[in-house]
This record gives sequence, structure tokens and C-alpha cells, in this order.
Amino acid sequence: MWKPGKSDPKASDITPLPLYLSRRDIMLGAGALALTGGKAWAAPPSEAPTDREAITSYNNFYEFGFDKTDPKDYSGGMTIDPWSIKIDGLVDRPGSYDLADVLKGQTIEERIYRLRCVEAWSMVVPWQGFELASLLKRVGVQPSAKFVAFETYANPAEMAGVKAGLLDFPYIEALRLDEAMHPLTILATGLYGEALPRQNGAPIRLVCPWKYGFKSIKSIVRITLTDKQPPTTWQKLQPSEYGFYANVNPEVDHPRWSQATERRIGDGMFARRRETLMFNGYASEVADLYAGLDLRRNY
Amino acid sequence: MVEVQALQSALRRVPTWVVWALGLLPGLWLMIRLLQGSLGPDPLKPLEHGLGLYALRFLLGSLLISPLRDVTGVSLHRFRRAIGVWAFIYAALHLMVWLLLDLQLLWAQAFTDLAKRPYLLLGMAAFLMLIPLAWTSRDSSIRRLGRGWRKLHLLALPAGCLGALHYALSLKTWQIEPILYLGFAFFMIVWRQMNGRLL
Repeated sequence: MWKPGKSDPKASDITPLPLYLSRRDIMLGAGALALTGGKAWAAPPSEAPTDREAITSYNNFYEFGFDKTDPKDYSGGMTIDPWSIKIDGLVDRPGSYDLADVLKGQTIEERIYRLRCVEAWSMVVPWQGFELASLLKRVGVQPSAKFVAFETYANPAEMAGVKAGLLDFPYIEALRLDEAMHPLTILATGLYGEALPRQNGAPIRLVCPWKYGFKSIKSIVRITLTDKQPPTTWQKLQPSEYGFYANVNPEVDHPRWSQATERRIGDGMFARRRETLMFNGYASEVADLYAGLDLRRNY
Repeated sequence: MVEVQALQSALRRVPTWVVWALGLLPGLWLMIRLLQGSLGPDPLKPLEHGLGLYALRFLLGSLLISPLRDVTGVSLHRFRRAIGVWAFIYAALHLMVWLLLDLQLLWAQAFTDLAKRPYLLLGMAAFLMLIPLAWTSRDSSIRRLGRGWRKLHLLALPAGCLGALHYALSLKTWQIEPILYLGFAFFMIVWRQMNGRLL
């Protein structure tokens, strides 16, 4: 069960719920209150959630093009219903699970996480989702499994970037099993109290907040449990720049730019850059996973 | 040809200040969008990239002037000074935005970044090459340097290549636009070599 840790803002920092809710365009009333329930934790004022407008119009989703506005502009044709996830590999109950089936029995809760892109910008996103561990337990992970691999929807008829082959699609990513089972790792189905927009990875995506954003794979169609470290898209493309772990680490630079600082979207053009936090500020929760690992070599 | 002569005399009637004014437009457009808030949630990057892109386009445009005359007979040489100087101005603004707003005068990080990042060194080298070109863009310099002026201004060619390479390497993946600029910049050198226009 996930418990608030040292890295999380304190309960006394929570933005009053009515104030927070009133900022959103469409209010779901009782539904939203049920979503936030007793597990809501909100960021302190200096880490307030980024505007919904920014979160939904500034995206890297190369399936739709290279520009930050391409996903919002061109994802309208993407089919997100019906949706199913093929779960296979070293699991007891493999199969094709409808989205409704994937969500069955899961409690959707709010998680307000920092998101740090490898490009050195960041946001704070109020996700709605459930722990990946919960789904994995439901399908039965076999003892020999060591990694969880994911795959994104890739339909050239609906995605111009896929048609143009901007990257080697379908987009694939993976986590070590302990990273996947960690309470911080969620499958998100919504943000700001509404269903995920297509440009944010509808209808269901991964969020692993202590890693660079490209690890948080969008629009998941397949989850595979395996015993060998799976290839991942960016690592295949440029292994000298993008590694398997991709943990946020201010001490390990990208070969072409520094990772020591970041620009927080919404701070404004003249604001100071922020110092990047080790593991994106989640060190107290996840540093143990990497005890003894050389993070410079395993970037 | 008659059409070329007609075009040439029409162009002769266009005062150079018109081209100077046209060069202001891209920057003005960026400024307007910035103030309108239509540069997106992270306006710094589109501003920085936009300025750099215009610097490169103006610079590469200035390289087109000589080949254009050779191939079509139409001479835009009167306007080349404005085009080149605007390239320098946009490059200087691009550099200033990077230093002042992006890095916010974190000099330590600026110097470390420069030293460690080839693409930044390339950009800096390209900019440094543009400084003497802008400085000697005045008529008095052209008179004073004589034949040396033409040789000095050949620096625009490597500056174009370095600028295009700087752009290409600044992106996460290879994209078509910087590759086209790179190809064009190299071709400009090749063309001059083929026509005995280099040193």
C-alpha cells in the first residue's frame, strides 16, 4: 500500500479542495470527490499542479509528429474505444483484457506527481490511476519473471508520425519487476478528474515519476512479463544517450546537455530554473531499489 | 533575356530600406506571439529556437545571392548586406536569450555546457565568425579592405555549415529541416569551388 513519504508535500500544504476543484472546466461533482477521497495529496504552492491547458497542449508523442502541439492537433482520429490490453509472457492468466476488465476491482485514486522530461523541462500532473502492482498481482506474475515490457498503440492510418516512421514504432518501454511493483508506479486513466485526453496517452498509460518522461509509456496495448531485459525505443535509437533505467539524476548529464537544472512549465519565461532533484524528488521512496548500482554507468 | 532585365530594373527601384524593414518582421512576429501568450506553455524554447532559425535562414539566404545571379542573371546583391546583418542580429538575440533567460547567467553551467557539448561549441563558433562580418558590413570597411573584404566574407560559408550542424545536433532525433539546411550549406561551398569562387 502506498504511504506518503518524506518527499511528498505535507497534509498542511494541501490546496483546499473547493479551491482546487473550482479551477477546473468540467466538474464531476460527487464523482470527483469520490476520486480524491481520503488519499488526495496536493503539492505545496511552489509545486502547484501545472495548468491543465499546458499539460494537454505540450506533449511529446511522436506518433503524431515532432512538435509539442502535434499530439493535441492530430490525435483526434485515434480510436480509444474499444480498447484492450494483451497481457502475456510469464503470467498465470495471460489473455486479451478489455479496458473495463483491466479496471475491474481497481480503486482509482489521485496521484499528483512531478513529471520530468529528459529535455530538461518539468510539470506537476494530477493523475488519476491505480497501482500497476495491483494489476500484475491479479494476472499472476510467475517467479521467473524479472521485467515488465510495454507496448504502445501504433496505427499508421490514425497516426501520421507512425505512417512517416518518425521513430521505430510501435513504441516500447520496460521496467524492472521491482520498479513495476513499486507503489509509486501507476497506470493512469485520467488527469484533472477527467479521462485522459488522447494527447496524454488515452485511455491508459504508465506513470513512473522518478524516471524521465519517455519511460512513462502512453496508450498501452500490451504488457509482457519476461526474464530478459527488454529493448526500449529510445535506447535502441541512441544507446549512448538513453539508457534502460533513465532515472532522473542531476549528477548524470545527457551527453548533449546538462541535467542539473530544469524549467518548470508555468513558472514563466523569467523565472529561475529549478534544481533537478535526485530521482525527481522521490529518492526516499526509490533509492533503495538501486543500492549498489553505479547510476553513472546504468543511466 | 527581356524578362530578367525587366525584373532587374524593377528590383533596382526597390530601396534597400524595404529589405531592412522586411528583416524586422520575423522578430516582430515572434514578439507579438510572445506577448499574446500564443507561444505555448513554455514560451522560452519557441522564442530561442525561432530566433536561431531566422538567423540560420537569413544567413543561408545570403549565400544564395551569388549563385542566383550566375544562374538567372538576377542580382539581389544590393540587399545582401541587410540580409546578412539581420542574420547576425537574430544570432545575437538567440545567444542572448540562451544566456540570459535559459541559463540565467549561470555562468558556471554555461561554460561547462559549452565545453562539454559539441553542438554548443559549433553554434558559438558560427556566431564568432559572424562578428567580423557584421563589423565590416559598412561601406567604409569595404573600401578599406579592398580585395581582402571578399576573402573575409567567405567566412559566411563555414558559418552557415556550423549553424546548420548546431541546429541538427540540438534536436533529439535527425529531422528533415536541419538536414536540408546542412545539405544546402555544403552545396553552397561545393558550388563556389566548382566555379572557382573560393580562395
